[in-house]
Amino acid sequence: MTRAIALLMIAAGAVAAAAQEHSYTQADIENGARLYQASCAGCHGQNGDMVPGIELQRGQFRRATTDAEIVRIIQAGIPGTTMPPTSFNETQAGSIVAFLRTSSPAAASGRGGISVARGDAARGRATFEGKGQCATCHRVNGTGPRVAPDLSEIGTIRPAGELQEKLVDPSANVRPGNRYVDVVTRSGSKISGRLLNQDTFTIQLIDSNERLVSLPRAELRDVSFVKTSPMPSYRGTLSPEEIADLVAYLVTLKGYRP
Amino acid sequence: MRLRAAVVAAALAGAAVQAQPGGVTFDRILHADREPHNWLTYSGSLDGHRHSLLTQITPGNAKDLELQWVFQTRTPAEPAEKFEATPLVVDGVMYTTLSPNHVVALDAATGRMFWMYSPRLSPLARVCCGRINRGLAILGDSLFMGTIDGHLIAIDAKIGKPIWDVAVSKPEQGYSLTVAPLVIKDKVIIGPAGGEYGIRGFIAAFDAKTGREAWRFNTVPGPGDPGHDTWPTGSDAWQHGGGSIWVTGSYDPALNLLYFGTGNPGPDWNADSRPGANLYTDSVVALDPDTGRLKWHYQFTPHDEFDYDSTQVPVLADIEWQGRPRKVMLWANRNGFWYVLDRATGEFLRGKPFVRVNWAEGIDEKGVPKRTLNATPEGTLVYPNNQGATNWYSPSYNPRVGFFYIPTWMDTYSTYTKGPVEYKEGNQYVGRFPTMTVPALRTGPGNVNTRTPQEGWGAIQAFDAKSGELKWQFKMSDVTDSGILTTASDLVFAGGREGYFFALDGRTGAQLWKGNVGGQVSAGPMSYAVGGRQYVAIAAGSAMFVYALRQ
Repeated sequence: MTRAIALLMIAAGAVAAAAQEHSYTQADIENGARLYQASCAGCHGQNGDMVPGIELQRGQFRRATTDAEIVRIIQAGIPGTTMPPTSFNETQAGSIVAFLRTSSPAAASGRGGISVARGDAARGRATFEGKGQCATCHRVNGTGPRVAPDLSEIGTIRPAGELQEKLVDPSANVRPGNRYVDVVTRSGSKISGRLLNQDTFTIQLIDSNERLVSLPRAELRDVSFVKTSPMPSYRGTLSPEEIADLVAYLVTLKGYRP
Repeated sequence: MRLRAAVVAAALAGAAVQAQPGGVTFDRILHADREPHNWLTYSGSLDGHRHSLLTQITPGNAKDLELQWVFQTRTPAEPAEKFEATPLVVDGVMYTTLSPNHVVALDAATGRMFWMYSPRLSPLARVCCGRINRGLAILGDSLFMGTIDGHLIAIDAKIGKPIWDVAVSKPEQGYSLTVAPLVIKDKVIIGPAGGEYGIRGFIAAFDAKTGREAWRFNTVPGPGDPGHDTWPTGSDAWQHGGGSIWVTGSYDPALNLLYFGTGNPGPDWNADSRPGANLYTDSVVALDPDTGRLKWHYQFTPHDEFDYDSTQVPVLADIEWQGRPRKVMLWANRNGFWYVLDRATGEFLRGKPFVRVNWAEGIDEKGVPKRTLNATPEGTLVYPNNQGATNWYSPSYNPRVGFFYIPTWMDTYSTYTKGPVEYKEGNQYVGRFPTMTVPALRTGPGNVNTRTPQEGWGAIQAFDAKSGELKWQFKMSDVTDSGILTTASDLVFAGGREGYFFALDGRTGAQLWKGNVGGQVSAGPMSYAVGGRQYVAIAAGSAMFVYALRQ
């Protein structure tokens, strides 16, 4: 067994264990991303791989397997090493784990098949607002439509490799908060939008007219997930340099109080 | 199912869930009476009445109220993290805050969540009395929230993402924002809590679009400003003089006056370092909302030593006064008196005790209390107690009946013992805590009360605004931190520490219905309608409870 395969198996095992323990909310993941950027990335790096032998986003830890063990290490630190104790409470530490468990290992590390090209953020912003037409769907810092995901803090939520991947393959690695549904009511009306929440009896979404809509399932004929992202792939329509510029711009979007 | 189907039909037509174009304009807030199915500002309307014009629930059918949904706060509240927020409802969507500064958008008919926003808070935040928040303001499609670490944040009401985020004050100095902001015209008005940390209070206005500060009124005037002479000369006492802001104000559009109540002077319980009246603490200030300039002020408790914050909602009523219509302000104060002021001029018209009071023998014709007691090193027993005869929780005014309803702590007392105090940044700056028979905060689970009636009890009191006469009292074994909602069907909704939420006949005080919410009510009730159905919402314990008539 090669080392790479062994690692993959460890990672897969860790993810499976995590899935048994927890389901992470989008809010947990995003809060965790912010906390990670603010408190962990300084040593562990944007991709969680700057400390030798540890690749946080691949689920490769030296001393922990379960979420609870990682939480304990985040809180207590590791005596005798440079990993300090923190003042994070269990919820906060748990959200960091949620972020680590859900960020794409391949894309995050920039290994596993893709490498992240360096671009120019200013040119990327121009492409975002101009040729790429990103701003016709996405909202940044209070400007732009709301149906596509708001990108104001995308730079803290997604690593660069993942952003680059999304630009060429939008249907890959869709986060739970970014899923779209088509709804048909009993009377035959169709509503499409981004899924905000659902339960056994009701469903909540923001529809294509930016309305917050809450519907009882009993009144619906069909609810289906949209499998293909409405976002176009930029493979071929933007040059690799332009995509690199876009990524460089997106990683600067850190929101408020990153 | 007929109604439910109608709701769905309306939803699909966009009526129940569609925000009107442009969102909530200030004109809509100004004329909130035109859309009683919504609740667009902290008190429901800018006059501070907390009075719903909905009439589906009546004294005749209130017995049929039934729990519709419960929203549990996600992080179990710590004992002191009370759920004090009043939600807003806009066209079928409810917005509220959870302790300390989470914001949620919910389907107002079912309580199911659209989104949640959680800003990262500074660990430097200092709060005297729980990491709490009292609610939001809205303008256009933007919600506004103050945070315990002193930020004011504009949040997109559709998707729960921040639009701007400004640092208003320094958390490490004890400034925190807990009040629901007030939107007047194109500005968001807010001020800091922190009266126990030696802050210098202010009321500030921020451009709703950009977050840029438009003006700031210092509630403790600096050198050269009128009122500074009510602080000792050659001393920096004024710099830590208090005058906090933690309850939402009111607005009179005809007079173009903004009213806010201000908090206690600092230090709370040892006034040796601040001889003088200590303006504008324990006062109501009337400001020009365009400039922040002071138009008039009235000080309820000059040179306070008993923590009698005047942080109550100013209630603006138009009543007949001595045979003539008069624009007045009704004010039940923490100090045990309730007042009628002329709200155009600030003229004192009447001040009467509404509980047992011994710190003053009454109020003279100019509006100055006839003080009888001071804090002493040996200890002085004072009625009402340190938490006051009432406090921050909203009173209500029903213009149809002409009654002013006050949530009241009856027969409470404290012993004030003056102690040494020194200002140190970020530390409490108080003197010495008074002793009380009734705890200031109810902490821990459960509702336990083993006091005698002589040690304090609670009541909802109804006074005739015009005559000042007590019309009725609804007595409770324990005290109440609940606000009051009245409706145009002459109902009164309120609750208390005992963990009940109830409906009373607003004319007689007769109890019509009660629900056991199993945790203290420490928030104001409100009412709204979706799809033609009236709801009443109340935060209690760490959850929100919503009631409507059984179908």
